[in-house]
Amino acid sequence: MAATVKPIARRKTTLKERLYFPSILHGMGITIRHFFRSLSGKAVTMQYPEERWEVKDNYRGAPVLVKDDEGRPKCVACSLCEYVCPPKAIYIVPGELAPGNVVERGPEVFNINMLRCIFCGLCEEACPEEAIFMSKEFELWGETRAELVYDKETLYALGGVRQDPIKKWSHK
Amino acid sequence: MTAPVVSLAVSLVDVLLIVGKVLLVAHVMLGLGAVLVWAERRVSAGMQDRVGPNRVGWFGLGQSIADLGKFIFKEDVVPGHVHKWMYILAPAITVVPALVTFAVIPYAPGMQIADLDVGLLFVLSIASLGVYGITLGGWASNSKYALLGGVRSSAQMISYEVVLGISTVGVLLSVGSLHLGDIVADQAASGWFLWRQPLAFFLFLTASYAETNRLPFDLPEAETELVAGYHTEYSSMKFALFFLGEYLAMIVSSSLVTTLFLGGWSAFGLERLHWAVGLLIFMAKTLFLLFVYIWIRWTLPRFRYDQLMNICWKWFFPLALGNVLLTAGAEALDLPVLMWVLPIVLVALGFAAAALAQKRDQGPPPELAAAPVGAPVPSSPR
Repeated sequence: MAATVKPIARRKTTLKERLYFPSILHGMGITIRHFFRSLSGKAVTMQYPEERWEVKDNYRGAPVLVKDDEGRPKCVACSLCEYVCPPKAIYIVPGELAPGNVVERGPEVFNINMLRCIFCGLCEEACPEEAIFMSKEFELWGETRAELVYDKETLYALGGVRQDPIKKWSHK
Repeated sequence: MTAPVVSLAVSLVDVLLIVGKVLLVAHVMLGLGAVLVWAERRVSAGMQDRVGPNRVGWFGLGQSIADLGKFIFKEDVVPGHVHKWMYILAPAITVVPALVTFAVIPYAPGMQIADLDVGLLFVLSIASLGVYGITLGGWASNSKYALLGGVRSSAQMISYEVVLGISTVGVLLSVGSLHLGDIVADQAASGWFLWRQPLAFFLFLTASYAETNRLPFDLPEAETELVAGYHTEYSSMKFALFFLGEYLAMIVSSSLVTTLFLGGWSAFGLERLHWAVGLLIFMAKTLFLLFVYIWIRWTLPRFRYDQLMNICWKWFFPLALGNVLLTAGAEALDLPVLMWVLPIVLVALGFAAAALAQKRDQGPPPELAAAPVGAPVPSSPR
């Protein structure tokens, strides 16, 4: 197969560029300008623990469990998130709730291993009860591996109450 | 010399004095090396719109100490495939010559550890021993990248050593002495060699960049090609010694450029006020040159190896020789202005050549221009 020729218009080198040394001086001018600009406090670096970035709304941080606006846990332990989770970071043991609750089912154990989690957000998409959400939490740390397996209480504490326009359990 | 019979105590005091001077200078220079590592990181960060290490201590100055702690406590790995004795010896050989050279640098009027009559010769010969450390390190590592780095270093050092030596001959012809103190005194009396030997200054500065393996001539390290070059197989304090050796060599060559071309401790007669003023002047000049080292490093990309050798042997070497001839002529005719002839001619020739080349390159290459779009590519002439 014959290749085809397509001439590309190149910018002509100027006399200054051909002389080479003026270009070196020019480059040194650029670096020293940036140096003094950074010295006067215009470096782009964010001094992290003191300065913090604004986390965007669509950020996928740690997955957390939420309660509805009346403080009722929304998860019904259907285990769809556990099933869809690609790295198998979620572990659920379903249990029966006491009579008087709006639903009969809830998680007895709900663990998310944050070391395994890949923050893909599939659990959030799979959840039929809108009970699990990707939060803005990005500072996940611990001194042991066990510390980073978040249990149900931790996940509800992180998630808090989520105001939801659809009051599913109020229109039964 | 005074009569040796006088007393043993006097000579003991002398010895202690010299030991004290040696310790002082060695510690100052090692400390300066550590500060330089910090400066390199801060300046490079600034040039890239970053901040750099600013957490440890005042303005991050403790960073080098923290790094040193890290280096000391790291495991000192000696890989199984190395030539053990040479491998261990190499980092020391890199550092020691750099430290020894500080002995003859005149920091202020009459302030130097050893007042050698052949000071310049001593500096040039000892400083070039540093390459043994690098070559040995690369060779003893018994790994291909390290060997390539070592071999490159030896070839580069030998080439640029020639230019370095010959470019100082102009200075020697003018002063008539190898004594570094004499050279500075001559400059204090009749002007810096920066103005009297402009071409030699340029050649010496560039060659000293190649001597210290700094960008744009850091071919022995060349991270993008050789992993880390000659110190690929080194870790812990041995690596730190190579690192320190590089920075000490920078300080040596900066102070040498200051001494030879920037008037050493002299500046507009200010040094006559007090010897401390001379010391400050010397320090200011050396620190500025060290800044230029860093500045150049973070501006220019690395040369290719053939370019490196071409520049040295086809340009710098003949120019250095020409400079020697011109100096001889200028000294014989007592016409110092003659020293500016070669640089000016070179600049003019450069302009002419560049202009001609630009004129020739107007329009696309003929074979491409002739070929209609869609025609097969003409075979490359290479």
